[in-house]
Amino acid sequence: MELTAGEEGTLNGDYGPVKQKAIAILVALGEIFKADRLIEISSVQVAGVSYKTIGDAGLEWIKSMSSEQVTVPATLNPAGMDLHLWKQMGIQQEFADKQLEIIDAYTNMGVKAICSCTPYLAGHSPKLGEHIAWSESSAVCYANSVLGARTNREGGPSALAAAIIGKTPNYGYHLDENRQPTLKVNVEASVYEESDFGAIGAAIGRVVNNGVPYFSGVKNPGADNLKALAAALAASGGVAMYHMEGVTPEAGSVNLEGVEARTFTQEDLSASYEQLSTFQSGEVDVVTIGCPHASMSEMRKVATLIKGKKVAKNTKLWVFTSLATKLMAERFGYLGDILRAGGEVYTDCCMVVAPVEQFGFKRMAINSAKGAIYEPSASKVEVLFGTTGRCVDIAVKGHA
Amino acid sequence: MARTIRCRVISRGRAKGEALVSNASISFFGGVDPSTGTVIDKKHPLFNRSIAGKILVFTTGKGSTVGSYILYQLAKNGKAPIGIICKEAEPIVAVGAIMGSIPMVDQPDTFDFKDGQIVAIDGYNGLILVED
Repeated sequence: MELTAGEEGTLNGDYGPVKQKAIAILVALGEIFKADRLIEISSVQVAGVSYKTIGDAGLEWIKSMSSEQVTVPATLNPAGMDLHLWKQMGIQQEFADKQLEIIDAYTNMGVKAICSCTPYLAGHSPKLGEHIAWSESSAVCYANSVLGARTNREGGPSALAAAIIGKTPNYGYHLDENRQPTLKVNVEASVYEESDFGAIGAAIGRVVNNGVPYFSGVKNPGADNLKALAAALAASGGVAMYHMEGVTPEAGSVNLEGVEARTFTQEDLSASYEQLSTFQSGEVDVVTIGCPHASMSEMRKVATLIKGKKVAKNTKLWVFTSLATKLMAERFGYLGDILRAGGEVYTDCCMVVAPVEQFGFKRMAINSAKGAIYEPSASKVEVLFGTTGRCVDIAVKGHA
Repeated sequence: MARTIRCRVISRGRAKGEALVSNASISFFGGVDPSTGTVIDKKHPLFNRSIAGKILVFTTGKGSTVGSYILYQLAKNGKAPIGIICKEAEPIVAVGAIMGSIPMVDQPDTFDFKDGQIVAIDGYNGLILVED
């Protein structure tokens, strides 16, 4: 890889040990993936925030880097708890102390504690053609596909390194040739709900692995649907980008010649729903909405469904969103509707990275395919995957 | 007799010590105990052996990206390998080696190492010295 004199100097330690370590990470990745050079970036999303995930090792690492400031706008992924309402969630003091220490270490470097997997819904939204370095697989897939920005699937340390240096190695999804479709999927199934798109993503992710699917046949999908599709594709396969005919910004300029094609039928949709659930009936301890973090329209949907009803006595309804969305939802009245019905709304965190095993939940209903994929192993719970309507209904009845 | 093998530098630095060799890939997350440096993955050929203080030779990394933090923690605890040679580096181990300041090289011209051999890594010039 070709380095500039300045980059060479940074690598030799001329600008201190933290920058030296940061650029060494970027150069090593560049060598491994045969990048020609480092390129400037305009935005970073940093994963590796929950104490449950990164532990004391992660905390020490971030502290060891925190004498430097980030040089481009950078935001944080969800933490393991709501930074304000963690006691109400049932988080223990020891976990909370460590979690807040991690947040402090990041914010000391100038990383903004948005603590959301949907930074693009909270004011951190790069545009078409921008080079960025994002971690958080669902946000990576959304940024590449829907926003048309360009990022690889960064890990927490490489994202932080990129934020400090302001650059990333030029390979993978930064290059036109790697943004071409590898599989055409004509969606014949009727799809409306976020969970329908999650079910598509879960099934196609397994088939396409880390390729780039090109979807056709989908009419007027909402932004929430595109978000659910991105999250499921990224969790099920290693998908960093998809195209959708007439919808995503680069779909019109790709080369589809010779690309393998398949259909996604109504039967495929039903089969995917079934495959994502580990149970179908009985008591449910917790219903979770907001993976990725609920948008304003999803908050409205839940509020409309639950308004005037009550969450069952032995069941919890947990809605996860960003702080920005929660504040707006409060002003619009959606938050009040959910809280009066006995639901709980948490920010800064999610079920996938929270220490759910501490809460004693055994059975969860969820409208997120990503959540349904991760929760059985991440939180040792049984999951029922269903539409938002079915999930809210379960919350009211207390069972499926 | 000493052999010299050319390789690619992943993490700069020099190290010399006893080789611990495996023809398998390693997931540091869930595969190695970060407080002792012992391999805890029962299915791994190095199960129950300690990688601490060794020149660890293996094919490539795999598993969760949290593995990078595990390598860092091993280094902080003084239980990390003193050097790493991979057949082919991948991001998890590469990033972890840099985080933990562990010299690391990959793509050696020949992947011919034996347990207990004294191996030196020159992670500046891309050279491995093996005392057969």
